[in-house]
Amino acid sequence: MDQPTLLAALADDLDRAFEGLVRARQDRVFSIALRILGDPAAAEDAAQDAFIRAYRALAGWEPGRIRELRLDAWLATIVVNVARTSGRRRGATAARESLTFLDELDHPSGATTETPHGHLARREAAAAWGVRLLGLPERYRAPLVLRHVDGLGYEEIGEALDRPAGTVKAQVHRGLGLLRAALEAEGRAEAPIDVGTDGSNQSSTTMTQPRPRLQEVPR
Amino acid sequence: MTTVHSPTDAVLAAELAGLRASAPASLLPRTLVAVGLADAYAAVDSPIGPLFVAFNGLGVAAVEQAPDGDAFEAAHVRRTGRPAHAVAALPAGLAAAIKRRLGGDRRARIDLDLRGRTAFERDVWTKALEIPRGEVRPYGWIAAEIGRPAAVRAVGTALGHNPVPLIVPCHRVVRSDGLLGEYSLGGPANKRTILASEGLDPDALESLARTGIRYVGSDTTKIYCLPSCHAARRIATAHRVPFRSISEGQRAGYRACRRCRPGSAVAA
Repeated sequence: MDQPTLLAALADDLDRAFEGLVRARQDRVFSIALRILGDPAAAEDAAQDAFIRAYRALAGWEPGRIRELRLDAWLATIVVNVARTSGRRRGATAARESLTFLDELDHPSGATTETPHGHLARREAAAAWGVRLLGLPERYRAPLVLRHVDGLGYEEIGEALDRPAGTVKAQVHRGLGLLRAALEAEGRAEAPIDVGTDGSNQSSTTMTQPRPRLQEVPR
Repeated sequence: MTTVHSPTDAVLAAELAGLRASAPASLLPRTLVAVGLADAYAAVDSPIGPLFVAFNGLGVAAVEQAPDGDAFEAAHVRRTGRPAHAVAALPAGLAAAIKRRLGGDRRARIDLDLRGRTAFERDVWTKALEIPRGEVRPYGWIAAEIGRPAAVRAVGTALGHNPVPLIVPCHRVVRSDGLLGEYSLGGPANKRTILASEGLDPDALESLARTGIRYVGSDTTKIYCLPSCHAARRIATAHRVPFRSISEGQRAGYRACRRCRPGSAVAA
């Protein structure tokens, strides 16, 4: 559903239209949280929390204000803030939100037409990019997630992250550079495959290498 | 030495676009339940068999009897307009609070979702919460206590509309003539069963009422009570003095119990 239609429906009858908002934007909100936090359970909690905050805010607004909302930038603002807070909190406690009793409603979503093998290979590749992204410093990760995972424009990202669009553009550019550096670092790490005289492959440890920790290097 | 490939920005952007994920199926129902646009429910044990308890982020929304989950869901959406999603068990905190409440602990905190209910209904239900386990009060007592002594019939209607029976103990409110009266949760037999499970003897209470006795006094304290008042039930048989009316008690020099406040029942 496009933004004006959604907003008109929300302004007209929030309780009737809210489910439509969640359905229309849940994949995007969840994906942002997932790529900032890394953990699917924490991301689901963050996405839920973001939608709850959105509902409560909308419930207090005049219809005119809802119609003029920049919906996607606004939702991005909320979920990024929730994910940041949750990421900080998770260090101290693994406690999940109080509504986790609905966990059992979690069914694996839909059958796939892909072969299990192709599906798996693609999932592994995506997982690797997910890990590289999580290795980025947060000030690059959030703009990169909003620009290229979610597809927001620089102006909207600037609004969501409360920084100038120019800064966002530079951070996205820099983030891509850091991702490229991460990939190259992995290439170097895997390059010298040292097969010992007994034939054992000692480089098998690279399979479980820790998440790359990227240092910022002066340009 | 392996070649270190250096992807272009466009390739990187495409890889990142591949990181979009589908939200888990549980996100939508969890979110709608949290904001109160849908309910979750589970069955709990009670003296009258399993009951379905529906709740959302605002509190408990319904307590109902139903033959099975499907029947409950259908009836629930008809009554409230909200879908109900089955869960295996109530959240631990809520389950514990309900258990304590049914066990007689009136301080056990249970949030209720009473959207769309009138202030009068809320007043009636809040007052019903004050009636201790194992005791009963007449409809007129509630009416007088909430400052609407003439609204006895409306009190009965409000209790009949109680969406959360047992949690709000409308079964502890009886007819002004002392008979048990109607019960919204499956009829009068259930009211009798629940009251008996709380330590009251419904038959003895009704027998006493049929003889016209409305109050019981103690000739040692010179205080009179409603018959089911905890204090009245501790009066030794030798010291029990029955009264048919408050004026009869007053003429005998008795004063009203401050715990069960029988004066409020006179509005009937």
